[in-house]
Amino acid sequence: MTPAQRRAIFLIAMAGLAAFVIWGISGLPGFGRYPGPYGPAILKVAEGQTNATGIVSAVNFEYRGIDTVGEEFILFTAVVGMTVVLRKLRGEPERPAIEEARERAQPAGGAGVRAAALAFTGPTALIGWWLATHAQTGPSGGFQGGVVLATAFLLVYLGGEFLTFQRLSPVDMTDAAEAIGAGGFAAVGVTALVLGLPYMDNYLPLGKAPGAVSSSGTIALISFLVGIGVAAAFIQIAGELLEQTMLVREGGG
Amino acid sequence: MAYFPYLVAAWILACGLYGLATNRDLIHQIICLIVVQSSTYVMLLAAGYVTGGIAPYFSDVPGTPKAVDPVVQALALTDVVVEAAVTALLASFAIQAHKRFGTLDPQDLAEFKG
Repeated sequence: MTPAQRRAIFLIAMAGLAAFVIWGISGLPGFGRYPGPYGPAILKVAEGQTNATGIVSAVNFEYRGIDTVGEEFILFTAVVGMTVVLRKLRGEPERPAIEEARERAQPAGGAGVRAAALAFTGPTALIGWWLATHAQTGPSGGFQGGVVLATAFLLVYLGGEFLTFQRLSPVDMTDAAEAIGAGGFAAVGVTALVLGLPYMDNYLPLGKAPGAVSSSGTIALISFLVGIGVAAAFIQIAGELLEQTMLVREGGG
Repeated sequence: MAYFPYLVAAWILACGLYGLATNRDLIHQIICLIVVQSSTYVMLLAAGYVTGGIAPYFSDVPGTPKAVDPVVQALALTDVVVEAAVTALLASFAIQAHKRFGTLDPQDLAEFKG
């Protein structure tokens, strides 16, 4: 099929899709006139029931907690899948990336990149930790915090230190952290069953004041566990891809 | 104007699909898929918007004021996580395809398959 033919077929299909989408949109309530019952219902009760002032976190880690377990395991499965897809194939020439890195005389980035990356590593880790532990109070949570935490490790790599990146994130450690994050999340839910409550019920003390860091019971705990799991998952994803870059480079040159 | 944000989502979807159909590089196509998925964020957040509503965070707001729907915002978060997982997997498939066949052009890859 030539690109012109491909484009023609695509445009015909898009005309159909456009008609369908416009028909669908015309049946929606206008922007800003959301009629759904769930949002307002949760907004009314969430703060009183959970002592969390971040209602999105309350939805994620409490009302929709069982969904979020699945979400956490989607990420987990993706990392496992990546590791399997990128495993060493038979007959593939392979030299560990760590040797490659050792032989590099000069770090990849310039001095400015290096300095900036190292200067931002500490603050980035702090912000990640803060986000992961403050889901109950504001617009943050384990997923966001975990990604920012993983970024702190990647900044070390950006500073030109693949060796340090690998030393900071050994596979055993990130494996364990991911298991603690994902398994801990599921375990928090199962503990509720052991206590004779529904799965993922909030059985920890809710704290006295809404919006305090110590408030909201299992919401804060789950968010923290998710933060650890997500950080480990993203460090592993990045580590796998970076290692591949080095192997491919070796094969090409 | 009442439907404008929905049309923005539809336009982003169309841009992403156009890229998917016309690009001949797996990495570009993965990026186009991310664009397609971005349209769902706009759609979700637009669907949950309430005129005059504040963000559903009440740490410094007394009482229970009018706020936008927190459920679709939580869904958007799920959406982002799934996108990250899908992107990571697709990227590793692309790496493996390039390693085996030395190309990232989907048309050439189809020829290799026979």
